[in-house]
Amino acid sequence: MTISDYTRAPSVGTEQPELAARLQKIWETAPGIGGWLSTVDHKEIGLRYIVTAFAFLILGGVEALVFRLQLSWSDRHLLNPEQYDQLFTMHGMTMIFLYAGPVLSGFSNYLWPLLLGARDMALPRLNALSYWIYLFAGIFLYAAFAIGFGPNDGWFNYVPLAARAYNGGPNIDFYALGMILLGISTTVGAVNFVVTFMRMRAPGMSINRVPILIWGTLTASMANIFAIPAVSLAFFLLWMDRNVGTHFFDTAGGGGSAMLWQHLFWMFGHPWVYAIVLPAMGMVSDGLPVFCRRPLVGYSAVALATVATMVLGFGVWVHHMFATGLPNISLSFFSAASIIIAVPSAVGVFAWLATIWTGRPVFTTPFLFFASFILLFTIGGVSGFMTGSVPVDWQLTDTYFVVAHIHYVLIGINVFPVAGAIYFWFPKFTGRMLDERLGRWNFWTMFVGFNLGFFPMHISGLLGMPRRVYTYAEGMGWDWLNLITTLGSFVFAAGVLMLIWNVLKSVRSGAIAGDNPWDAPTLEWATSSPPPPYNFVVIPTVQSRHPLWEDRLASRPDEARSHPHAGLVLEHGREAIGTDPLDAQPDIILKMPGDSYAPLVFAIAVTAIFIGLLLLAWWLVALAAVVTAATTVGWLWPERNLGETREPARD
Amino acid sequence: MTDRIALEGTLPVGAIDTRASGWWAMIFVVCTEAALFGYLLFSYFYLAVQPHAPGTFPEGGTPSLALALPNTIILLTSSVAVGWAQFNIQRDDSLRLIIGLAVAVALGVVFLIVQYFEWAQKPFTLSSTAYSSLYFVITGFHMMHVVVGVGVLATVLVWSALGYFNRVRYAPIHIGALYWHFVDAVWLAVFFTLYITPLLGLRA
Repeated sequence: MTISDYTRAPSVGTEQPELAARLQKIWETAPGIGGWLSTVDHKEIGLRYIVTAFAFLILGGVEALVFRLQLSWSDRHLLNPEQYDQLFTMHGMTMIFLYAGPVLSGFSNYLWPLLLGARDMALPRLNALSYWIYLFAGIFLYAAFAIGFGPNDGWFNYVPLAARAYNGGPNIDFYALGMILLGISTTVGAVNFVVTFMRMRAPGMSINRVPILIWGTLTASMANIFAIPAVSLAFFLLWMDRNVGTHFFDTAGGGGSAMLWQHLFWMFGHPWVYAIVLPAMGMVSDGLPVFCRRPLVGYSAVALATVATMVLGFGVWVHHMFATGLPNISLSFFSAASIIIAVPSAVGVFAWLATIWTGRPVFTTPFLFFASFILLFTIGGVSGFMTGSVPVDWQLTDTYFVVAHIHYVLIGINVFPVAGAIYFWFPKFTGRMLDERLGRWNFWTMFVGFNLGFFPMHISGLLGMPRRVYTYAEGMGWDWLNLITTLGSFVFAAGVLMLIWNVLKSVRSGAIAGDNPWDAPTLEWATSSPPPPYNFVVIPTVQSRHPLWEDRLASRPDEARSHPHAGLVLEHGREAIGTDPLDAQPDIILKMPGDSYAPLVFAIAVTAIFIGLLLLAWWLVALAAVVTAATTVGWLWPERNLGETREPARD
Repeated sequence: MTDRIALEGTLPVGAIDTRASGWWAMIFVVCTEAALFGYLLFSYFYLAVQPHAPGTFPEGGTPSLALALPNTIILLTSSVAVGWAQFNIQRDDSLRLIIGLAVAVALGVVFLIVQYFEWAQKPFTLSSTAYSSLYFVITGFHMMHVVVGVGVLATVLVWSALGYFNRVRYAPIHIGALYWHFVDAVWLAVFFTLYITPLLGLRA
């Protein structure tokens, strides 16, 4: 065997209907339930991620509305303390782990191959696996709530309250195992994004030509690869403490430390906060300039600021622990590190402002969402800057000021960009436009409701109202603020409902969009709406950051041009082009896997391992582990004809 | 097309050498696994520097090297065997590939057996103290990785025997080998932490 037995010179051509028909046959998913369960199409998986994440957003939102009724006035008894504890814990866990991260994975899954000019993600079956495990982990965690044993110790789950001695039910065991399961999903998803970034970019798309969303998700994925093990380990050690008598977090003289939990949790927790906002900032960085009719100001600065934020984000976890009695030298260091993050954050803010200032803004619904994000991010950033200062944090920790901060950050930087992204990319997803008039109502309801609901929390926090407590006495001066907060939360919820209503309505009757309704510059708009299963008939070649705007941006007439509709023809089965990590020069023709049940079977088997651990049913753990291993071997079994270079028979 | 993007010319097809997507995926799997061990060892050092009664950290005094040191050498030797196998498939020598992998699997199993005796002779259990919990969980995590690694090598060995590989197509061997080298390398960190740092004075 020589290398020449495994090589081929791919042909170069333009889009032809006959070629498109052949690719359709090669790439389309079989109809019916079988195809639905086995598909590895990144677009299908991306949409499932988004829809599932929104289902969790609704659940988490309803939980919040219930306890906002409880808190709307002093001494109300709609909920007892145990119900309140489960509700606020489920709310935090749902929004942070089951909505905010996965919804961005959904957008990135759908958009990455289209933005990169690729036929699919680098590891399509791993992509399906990551979705299935996410779904099962979510069901696992909600099963606990459904049978009355939801996690009840806050999403951060501090020991010793989470220890067996103080929390005897299965609540925390569900949470611990569900989080480890979810961690597997997040990790394989992150690996997939990083490998896709390194290997799947269209020829010519060097790393300084990728859209900022790519930088955002890449950075978040790298962070997840290094941060997720901390929380998975923390939850595993806690599960061991609770079930087999280890002493990691033991405060009763066994030599363990409750502080070890906080360290491991926040070593993960803080990077995670950036992981669930950086891709959303990336969506704004790509979407906002389209409505300003100019490229983003300071592309390189924004890309580097994204990476810098994440790197610094690994060095600030102790700012969640300022009130735990750590030495002053430690507090000073982590306070300084936290405050320095304002610098890369400000780079982004000024870049977005400059883009609007120097552009010609078109005030569409997505523009309103993207632009309002800048304001909300700034408010959340300023309150974060305040609590990054040790003496201020000592005053404000465990008050509603921190609750206001986290909601300005997570709703402001995640939900508002996501809503904007839905308006922006819905035409690509479905081929139809969302209703613009309803969109305005939607935006203003959400914007007013959000600020009405969450801004007063700053004040109730400054007045000393503690978080995580199920009610409060009258005469504290918090009643009216809480009533306003509750009213605002219902207005905000009505705004989210308008978004969902608009989607449900427009998916059937929205105006037909066409390939590029916003006249946007990046590759996803070069293919049809919705895109075909193979994304691009021929693989585009890229010479700039704005392949579809080159005619108007070119400063010299002889500048090299991108070719969105001409390039490599890969039609010998499912094929994609692999390019080198920096310059994106083609270096291999990759054989892509077809649809498969292996990811689903693997996900079911892994979930069964965790059910076994929950029930302490070791036979189930062993059986499921064997099935998992066997599925893995079958999944990865080599194909003898994988490197086949002869022309395949055409049917 | 411009001359800056080379679309002409031949390209390898399929999962060839380190251009295979699986190779890149394994690099980042190793990164996340390395982070996992990093956090485990962080937990060890964090609890080690907390106050303990004399002689309880490490529980039962400084751990003996009698089995651990030879076992470390056994594990490192298995990495050499895997490296030899990798070297030989690139010379199209399937027989030596199979011998190298088989030796590595055997050494991996020997490591697990020795670890079993190491565990059995400990005077404490998983639930005795924080140290005992750390000891068994850290070595247990590593043993789980050795079990998976032996499974990976055995699978690649079967595929080798079935003739799937040659001097051009060998990506699964390199991918499995990368994992095995990681499992061996991380043992050095575990070994240093559990067996050497008490000798250097990190003990109660």
